[in-house]
Amino acid sequence: MSLWKDYLHPQTVQEAVEALASAPAPAIPIAGGTDLMLDLQQGHHAPVHTLVDLAGIAEMRALEIRGEKLFIGAGVPHNRIVESLLVQEHAQSLVEACGLIGGPQVRNSATLGGNVAHALPAADGMIGLLALEAEAEVASPATRRRVPLLELFLGPGKSALKADEILVGFYLPLSQPHQASAFCRIMRAQGIALPILNLAAWLERAGEKIIAARISVGPAGPTPFRARQTEAYLAGKTFSAETLAGAQETLLAEAKFRTSPARATAEYRRELAVVLLKNALTTAWERAK
Amino acid sequence: MKKTQLSLTVNGQNYQLDPLPGETLADLLRKRLHLTGTKIGCNEAECGACTVIMDGEPVLSCSTPAERADGKTITTIEGLAKKEAEKVELHPLQEAFVKHGAVQCGFCIPGQIMTSYALLQKKPRPTSADIRHALKDTLCRCAGYPMIENAILAAAESLQTGAPVAEPQIPPSATAGQTIGTVKIRPDAVEKVTGSAIFTDDLQFEKMLFAAVKRAGVPHAFVTQIKLEKARAVPGVVAVLSAADVPGENIHGLVILDWPVLVGVGERVRYVGDTIAIVAAETQEAAKAAVELIEVEFDLQPVISSAVQARAEGQPQIHAKGNLLKHIKVRKGDPEIGFAEADVVLEDTFHTPATDHLFMEPECSIAVPEGDRMLVYVGSQIPYQDRTQVARALGWEENRVRIVGQLMGGGFGGKEDIAGQIHAALLAQVTGRPVKLLFDRHESLIVHPKRHATQIKVKLGAKKDGTLVAAKTELYGDTGAYASLGEKVLTRATTHSAGPYKIPHVHADCYAMYTNNPPAGAFRGFGVLQSAFAFETMMDKLAETLGLDRIELRRKNALRVGDETSTGQIMRESAGLVECIDKVEAELKRLVGEGIDPFVAYSVPGAEHLVRAWGFASAFKNTGLGGGADDTSGAEVELYADGSFQVRSAAAELGQGLVTVMRMVVAEELSVPAEQVAVLVMDTDLTPNGGPTTASRQTYVTGNASRLAAKTLREALSATLAEKYDLSSEKIRFAADGVHVNGHTLTMKEVYGEMKTAGKDPRVLYEYHAPTTTPLGQPGDMHVAFSFASQAAEVEVNTQTGEVKVLRVISANDVGRAINPLGLRGQIEGGVVMGVGHALLENFITENGYVVTDRMSRYRIPSIAHTPEITCIVVEDPTKDGPYGAKGVGEIVLIPTPPAITNAIYNAVGVRFDRLPVDQEKLLWAMRENRK
Repeated sequence: MSLWKDYLHPQTVQEAVEALASAPAPAIPIAGGTDLMLDLQQGHHAPVHTLVDLAGIAEMRALEIRGEKLFIGAGVPHNRIVESLLVQEHAQSLVEACGLIGGPQVRNSATLGGNVAHALPAADGMIGLLALEAEAEVASPATRRRVPLLELFLGPGKSALKADEILVGFYLPLSQPHQASAFCRIMRAQGIALPILNLAAWLERAGEKIIAARISVGPAGPTPFRARQTEAYLAGKTFSAETLAGAQETLLAEAKFRTSPARATAEYRRELAVVLLKNALTTAWERAK
Repeated sequence: MKKTQLSLTVNGQNYQLDPLPGETLADLLRKRLHLTGTKIGCNEAECGACTVIMDGEPVLSCSTPAERADGKTITTIEGLAKKEAEKVELHPLQEAFVKHGAVQCGFCIPGQIMTSYALLQKKPRPTSADIRHALKDTLCRCAGYPMIENAILAAAESLQTGAPVAEPQIPPSATAGQTIGTVKIRPDAVEKVTGSAIFTDDLQFEKMLFAAVKRAGVPHAFVTQIKLEKARAVPGVVAVLSAADVPGENIHGLVILDWPVLVGVGERVRYVGDTIAIVAAETQEAAKAAVELIEVEFDLQPVISSAVQARAEGQPQIHAKGNLLKHIKVRKGDPEIGFAEADVVLEDTFHTPATDHLFMEPECSIAVPEGDRMLVYVGSQIPYQDRTQVARALGWEENRVRIVGQLMGGGFGGKEDIAGQIHAALLAQVTGRPVKLLFDRHESLIVHPKRHATQIKVKLGAKKDGTLVAAKTELYGDTGAYASLGEKVLTRATTHSAGPYKIPHVHADCYAMYTNNPPAGAFRGFGVLQSAFAFETMMDKLAETLGLDRIELRRKNALRVGDETSTGQIMRESAGLVECIDKVEAELKRLVGEGIDPFVAYSVPGAEHLVRAWGFASAFKNTGLGGGADDTSGAEVELYADGSFQVRSAAAELGQGLVTVMRMVVAEELSVPAEQVAVLVMDTDLTPNGGPTTASRQTYVTGNASRLAAKTLREALSATLAEKYDLSSEKIRFAADGVHVNGHTLTMKEVYGEMKTAGKDPRVLYEYHAPTTTPLGQPGDMHVAFSFASQAAEVEVNTQTGEVKVLRVISANDVGRAINPLGLRGQIEGGVVMGVGHALLENFITENGYVVTDRMSRYRIPSIAHTPEITCIVVEDPTKDGPYGAKGVGEIVLIPTPPAITNAIYNAVGVRFDRLPVDQEKLLWAMRENRK
């Protein structure tokens, strides 16, 4: 009748995945727990036999430069991401996204790994990460693999992670001169406390030209969305009002916004997407000077 | 990998504890270490009340597994103050919260202080923006946000400089006495900032059982079968009761007895929160598991989901007397004559939603059998009515039931009806053991009565010069499944539906309708919030139609001394509306600068898509029950042997500050320092009946009862001293340094001795009866007094997204006399913030009788981030019979805010809202439409 019976404290990734594979089932990992605890308490997730706590695994709390990449452990809480000078230098969109989640209490517990593993199409941290072309490191009892972030999502709330797999961390390209990113979101004041729409943009500029761009938007479909056509449209264009208008048009053509009762209609999301795209691109453009 | 023991340090003390399955850190702290200062407001990581510091960082203990605290150092609210021997030295944050009035009901305060503490560790000199960022998810429904912000700034300053915590900048009453009208802290403030304040859920009793309730879960049905066997078989379950097990009457209700305690087989379910069965078990988990196993079969019925539908032809009738609770009528003159004389007639229809009180403390009752009596520990707004209702269901005489009132974590009208009191008592009666029934937030949202959803049609006629000549209003009020206080609430909505203005011809008709929604009852503003939104919108439309100044239009028609209200009451005195209007106008001019029209929109330079403008609204609200009701309160004042006093009344303290008022008026009358007066409230054995805490009445009635009890006691003390010293009692003078008698100065301790020597009991019980009022429809005064208010609100509309922010609010309130200026400030600011919530956020949504907004995450209330800069203006136009001239304040402070905001939105972007809350998406589409 209690929400869990056994609580395990693995010290390494290997211990954790082995515990998930062998401990009395159902056994699930708990990272920050800010979503999972509510799901358990409110009956959205059936009581489990074993909770495998990932908080004590040092490797998953690492935040450092590894070669040409910035590594952010899946167990790093949002507040550390926001305060990290490394992340501020290399991943502004992630800093902005993580800074908007909850209050300091939630940000101290909630982890980036949890945000991604929950597989919601509009999780702020995940959208901020997606525009940075991050890769995720996934551990299973047998092996470790690196996968592009997008491959982790099967559907709303459905992660591609298997029951005995966990996210170890994320590898982000280091920011080069004249590259920058930004994140924006819009909440609905009335009713349910989820963002109506969020959007992250990354770009590289050369003088007045956009060399390349990456755009992520949520929710714009059952899984997190990369606006590839908009990205392609922007590549090589001069940054101008006309370019922004073209990008907005392209985004509206490729993204599939939906209506969520008591939150927003698809039409409203389309309006907001236009505003957010302009704001995020303009901010990133200024930052990339 | 599995721990056999948890080792943690809490407030400097090391603990070794066995891990328990499923335990949260909050449970460990509260249940195992008895550190009950950490509060559970939502148990869903929304409100922040459970915040503790873990290894230097604030975390939500309600959603942190206890196992995660292994090896960690934790600080809770109990660990902040320094304790040396018996002496407690408050942390500067705690001291600042006390001094600045940031503490009201106190339930959220541990979370506020711990979150602030963590902020100051990182940012010793925080800006206002830092504070707002850090506290944005730590909610306070009293909305003491401005005072919390000021307290944190003052504490930071003190911590940096070592200087004492600065005093708040609160002006005293224009006519302050020795105590009344001066800034005094709450009597319970210190315990509320140290975590030692005990709320009902913090109490533990030997052999206590835990209760859970099987709710119907369907909005309208007949119960055809209830199967309890599986529930009874759950290990740990001690009792499972259904309707047949109620020994007394299976019914309750505040005015009308129409609400079943339990719905039995063959009986009608009228809303999702109706009770089918109740369970008591050795653990909370067992009780909940048993409830899950109760099987109920229903014969589902068509659902009535709105008041308008309820009155339509051919609808099912959900009560024996039909769906109409009451048709309420106001008749003054003949509007048809008025409309014929009018140069302009406007008509429009408005809608307001149900809203939830969302007091931070969910309902909790603990029933404890004691001998042949039943004690019920509960935070209730009407303890004596609880006693009656519990006794009726138990089948006992009332004197066998004692309500032991507890600190209340907010009420706002939502703790007037029975919640779990009767169910806990029934289970305690049958088991002979203490039983706790605690609602979680989900249950609280589904079960307790809400604010009435309304549809209000207003037809308004005026002359070219703005003189109002006629008003006709038609209201539909959704009182939900049961009457609660619906008739009273909607009567107030109706009698106030033509605003605080003199209008010769007024007709109002209100249909108070039963539906299958959760019941609607009392909620701060009591119907007047709804009708003021409608009428103040019409006033702005009228000003626009006639090309008149909106402030001047209100001033021209404002009720003044000598004018007659819609119900035929002549304002003989204390009509401070014009002064409120004048003062808001003057402040507005000061803020925007002479010659600038605050109601004309302007774009923010550099951000042209952000458009700002001000809006204006006025309102009035009755003080006291009125309408012919017996409006009585009793208070008792006693002098103790140590020279201190106690004042007692079963009036309710829900955070609003009544206990401070009671203490201050007694101190004033007896010329002693306020700290020398203790206050006891809400106990049906120990305190006289103070009546319901509703209708902005307690400062008036219990303030008067306390004042007159103290005055009578002073006269008794004087008489005894006069006799002993053989002089006339006029020669005896009560002063701050003692009682002056014939050149001697006696301490109160010595006065007590003199009374005892003379064989006199130094104790006076005074029953105060407010002046007689007359029922609606009869000539005379329907109310003893009215409070008045005007507000101006400045909004900023994002024309690209439809988002609205309220930037500044000026709030002027005629309260008669400011007895407790610190508490008054809390009420004014809190009212504005709750008004912002009602304008922009709050919407209790039901779909065909089912509750959509059934979690705190779905029902948004304002946070510090929604809090505008508020200018408080206190107008003191005294009323003859109020204590020192005071009248009510609790409700008026909120009523003008929503229309001031929606009028501002119109002024900013030309979109008129006839429906609350403002929907940002609809606003965007309307702005687009306007541009075409």
